[in-house]
Parts: sequence; structure tokens; C-alpha cells
Amino acid sequence: MDILIAAILTIITAATPLLFAALGELVTEKSGVLNLGIEGMMIMGAIIGFFTVHQTDSAFIAIIASMIAGALTATIFAILVLKFHASQVPTGLALTIFGIGLSALIGQSMIGVAYEGIPKIAIPGLSSIPVIGDIFFNQDGLVYFSIFMVVATMWFLNKTRAGLILRAVGDSHDAAHAMGYSVIKIRFLATLFGGAMAGVGGAYLSLAYSPLWVEGMTAGRGWIALALVVFASWRVGRVLLGAYLFGGITILQLHAQALGIAVPSQIMSMLPYLATILVLVIISRDKSKIKLNSPASLGKAFHPSR
Amino acid sequence: MKLRNILAVLIASAALTACGGGEKAADKAKEAATETATKVTETVKEKVTEKVKEVVKGKSAADTKVGFVYVGPVGDHGWSYEHDQSRQALEKALGVKTTFVESVPEGADAERVITQLANDGNDVIFTTSFGYMNPTLKVAKKFPNVRFEHATGYKRADNVSTYSARFYEGRAILGTIAGKMTKSNIIGYIGSFPIPEVIRGIDAMTIAARKVNPNVKVKVVWVNSWFDPGKEGDAAKALIDQGADIITQHTDSPAPLQVAEKRGVYAFGQASDMKSFAPTKQLTSIIDNWSDYYIARTKAAIDGSWKSTDTWDGIKAGMVVMAPYGDAVPADVREMADKVKASIVDGSFHPFQGPIKNQKGELVVKEGETLGDGDLAKLNWYVEGVEGSIPK
Repeated sequence: MDILIAAILTIITAATPLLFAALGELVTEKSGVLNLGIEGMMIMGAIIGFFTVHQTDSAFIAIIASMIAGALTATIFAILVLKFHASQVPTGLALTIFGIGLSALIGQSMIGVAYEGIPKIAIPGLSSIPVIGDIFFNQDGLVYFSIFMVVATMWFLNKTRAGLILRAVGDSHDAAHAMGYSVIKIRFLATLFGGAMAGVGGAYLSLAYSPLWVEGMTAGRGWIALALVVFASWRVGRVLLGAYLFGGITILQLHAQALGIAVPSQIMSMLPYLATILVLVIISRDKSKIKLNSPASLGKAFHPSR
Repeated sequence: MKLRNILAVLIASAALTACGGGEKAADKAKEAATETATKVTETVKEKVTEKVKEVVKGKSAADTKVGFVYVGPVGDHGWSYEHDQSRQALEKALGVKTTFVESVPEGADAERVITQLANDGNDVIFTTSFGYMNPTLKVAKKFPNVRFEHATGYKRADNVSTYSARFYEGRAILGTIAGKMTKSNIIGYIGSFPIPEVIRGIDAMTIAARKVNPNVKVKVVWVNSWFDPGKEGDAAKALIDQGADIITQHTDSPAPLQVAEKRGVYAFGQASDMKSFAPTKQLTSIIDNWSDYYIARTKAAIDGSWKSTDTWDGIKAGMVVMAPYGDAVPADVREMADKVKASIVDGSFHPFQGPIKNQKGELVVKEGETLGDGDLAKLNWYVEGVEGSIPK
């Protein structure tokens, strides 16, 4: 039982950065912009968050700074793609390379520096409930924030007028434009949101998950987040489920190994991607399913003059 | 359309400039090193520097160019970091010009980078990861006048040498300390990939630990990565949750030490001194020190005595250095570990000397015998005391 609780606690920390990044990307993609630069935005958030916490000693300011850093990185992408109509795929890839390089440069003085990690917030009363108290009510602030953002995003996309407009822009930018909505502005904001969420996901890595700075510390999590959005077929609830599933697979296989159960760990490392391909195959078989969820204008450039 | 292409190129070049942090990078890394590097390493480096300066007298050294290829970023605080420390020591000692390319993936990219370095007129090129083996040999064929040095490989040519360090000697010392200090008798081991190099470390540590404490069991978790701080930390947590009270790793990031410090268990550093991440819990660390080798080989290239060789040195030659003991290591354990170290250096003890049993309890190496270098190079079985099986 203790091992189980311990495993669940680790799963939560493993899932949270994926959840943040995937949630941001989902909103970006819902507006019709495919930003492959999640890894780059995450790592910018990671270094700026870590750097700021050392300058200010405040985890709160550090998290805000990491969101700004992620959003600024996304701004570069947004200007290139939305203003200058650069192709989204190579620009996103370049953004990843750019982010990894720039973060390494900024992080020079942070190598070998330790940080004790952001504090856990125990919710009075609830956290003393056996078993579930520790799991649900004794986490760091970012875990609560990630769950809050899931609910907020779900509400925004499905229940608000602004969310409807955002989805409309992603589905048919021409129609939205004809209706008088500013496609570029909406996409710009959605991309910034994606950047900010990736930034805070990165900060979770450098401030809570493994509180240190090393170059390339995101280690491919941006790509898993990207796969996660497809795996979730652009549904917020499924992103939550998927993040915990992907995080869970990683942690459980580590525990299984330590228990001496022979699991081929290479296959476990592949699982998130295999699952994504499987989902892609399944939803591609049924065109109506893709139409329902996948933004129809995803990755297409919009020229208002045309 | 054109504008879009130009922009893509612009971003890419901006990214590249950022990647090659260049001189500034080297300077800053140097500063960080002075803080963390141990006195032991420093004195060894100084001694060699003096010796070498006497011999070379700085004639053609200034015209000599040496290239390095790293598999990770120089800021990994582990494997590539130590190679870069040694590169800087080489530059300082001989006054040669050095260049490095970091984060080069093993495979086709490596071949391109090595070719580029050879084209740029480097006289000696060090390729510092196992996966560069075939690319190095391929490029070496095209540049017969360039000397190549490949780390941890086993294929050589007239202008390709190989070199590696007997890290398992250090692992035996870790095992001795771990065996004495564990209370739960469970040692957690974080592995990267199940290759002989890593298995050798696991076995050497297990043998040494069981020599001082026959009840020790070693649990191994493979993370399938050399470098993934998050996953390495998770592996450490999983091992601690399952009773391990000493954590050791064959991966490159300091994340497991940080977890150990937080959870209150002991740990060993890897590749460099990681004390700053576990100030009270790091017992010691195996430090790679390539400086002497890089200086000796470059000097040989300068004076024309360079030959294709296969070097596999350990503690005695100073290629494997132990970080100072942590405060938590009691005096009697220090004494014991020092004894093991001394006996490895004077040759009276070998970490793989019999009797050694395999996991089934069968006697594989008899008393009085020792596993030879050939067997060690392709070691693919666990000794008694390691739990689980090697992933196939």
C-alpha cells in the first residue's frame, strides 16, 4: 500500500509538466495553429523559472516569469507564422532548436546550482485524511494549478462565446474572417497561451520535478505533449487522462523493474508514441470523428487579403 | 514564399549562434569547474602540466589543432562536462588550439561533424562516445594523416586509437562503502543501457559490497537514456520507495542525488563531483579525468611518436579519480575504502578476482582466477546479489 501511494505521488509529478504543455498546445491547435516548438518553449520556461527563483527567492515570481518566457518564445513563432506567413512546421522545429540553444546560453551560470524545490501546500483538514489526503490534498501549488487550468480551459472552450469563436477560427478561418472576427489576433493570443502553458510546464521540471538546471533537461517531453494532444483527439478531458496515463506508464515500469519484474523498458518508453499512432489510426478510419474534434484549418496559413 | 524561406533560415541561424556559446561558454564553465573540481584532480592536472611544459618547450604546439566531439551538452555536469574539462586542461598545458562540437547525435550526424573537423585541419580528433565508433573509422579512412581517438570503442585502424577508463575499479570502492553503510541491505542502481560497460559497473559494485556485507542485494532500474533528469529522479524515487537506502547511478544527471538528499538516503555521484546537489548525502563520486591522456596523446602527435593504441587505464594512471569522502562516511569505512583503492593501485587486488558466482549461484570464476580484459569487455551476466534480469 505504501509503495502504491508512493507510486501515485510520483505519477502526479511526472504527469503535471505534460499536462501543462499539452493543455496549452491544445488551445493553440484549436485556433488552427500547429506549434511544434513546445520543447523549445518548455525549456525556456525551465531556465527562466530556475534563474528567477535564484534571483528573487520567490517561487511565485519564478512561475510568472517562466510563463512570460514561454509566451515570449511563442511570440517569435506567432510573428513569423501569423504576420509573415512562414510555414508552421519548419518554424516550430526551428523554435525548438532555438529554445534549447538559448536556454543553454542563459543557463551557463546555473550549472551545478541546487534548489530545494517549491514548497508543498497541504490543504488544512483534507490533507490529514488517510491515503487520499496525501495524494490529493498535499501537493505543490502547480499541481493544483494544473487541475484548475484543465477545468478553466474546458469551460472556456465549451461554455463561453470567446471559446466558440476560437474554435470557429480553427475550423474555418475564412468563415470566421467573413463574420468579422480578427483571425490573426485570436490565433496570436492562442499561441501566446500555448507558450505560457509550455513555459510553466518547463518550470515545473526545473522547480519541482527535478529542481536543478541542466542543458536539454526537458528530454523530449515537449514531443510527448504534442503526441498527447493528438492522443486526446483535441479533447481537454482526455488530455488530463492521457497525461496521467503517459506519466503512469513511465513510473509503473520503473517500479516494476525495481520489484524485479521483467518488463522490456524500451517498449515502455515507446508506449506513449505507439498509443498516439494507434489513436491516429482509429480516428482516421472514421472521418466524422476527425471532423468533430480535429481543427479543420490546423496548420494552414491565413491571408486576410485573399 | 521566398520571404518564408528566408525567415526559416534566419531562425535556424539564430538558433545555431545560440547553441555554439563559444568562448564565453568555456570561460564560465571553467569558473564553475574551479568551484566543484576536487583538489585531487587539480593536483594531478598541475603535475602533468609542469612535466609536459618541460618536454614540449612550445615549438610546433601552437600550430597544432585538436578537435573534440561530445555526445551531450558540455553543461550536462557529467560525461561530456568532464571531457570538456580535460579539453581545457589540454589547451592550457600545451597551448594547442582546440575546437569542440557538443550534443552530436550518434550516427549519420556524427560522420558529418567528424568530417568537418578533419577538413578544418585538426591534427588529432577525439570522438567521445561509443556510438561514434563506425563514423570515426569511416572518416579516418578518408583522412590518413589525421589521428583519431575514439573513446570506449573496440575497433581500431592505423590512425585510430581507442581509449577508455576502468570505471569498475571505482565501482568496487563504491561497493565497499555501500556494503558497510546500508541498513536495509538494499542498494538501488540506476542503469542507462544494458551494455557491458554498465553491467561491469553493477557487477563490480555488487561483488565489493557483498564482500563486506554478504546480505546486500542490488536492485537495478533501467531508464533507457544517458540523460533524462526527470526520469532518473523518478527511478531513484522508485528504488527508495522499495527499500533502497543507498542510490548509485550510471546515468549522467545529478537528479538522483537531489532525490536522495531530499529523501534522506545516501548516494554516489557520477562522472563528476556532484556534492552541490547532495551536500550531506553524497558519499563519494567517481570522477573521469581524461586530461593526462589527452595531453600525452596530443604531445605524441606533435613529436611524431603517435601510434594506434588501445588504452584502458584506471585509478593507477589517474584516469579514474575518487571525489573526497562525504562527511557521513565514518573513519573505519574510509580506511577500508582506502585499502581497497591502494590494493587496486598496487595490483594486489582486482575487482573481478574469484571466487565469483553468477545469479544462479554457480561458480563462474574460481578462487585465484581473475576475469580477463577480453571477458570484461563483453560482460553480459549479473553476479550473485543482483536482482532481476538484464533486459534483452
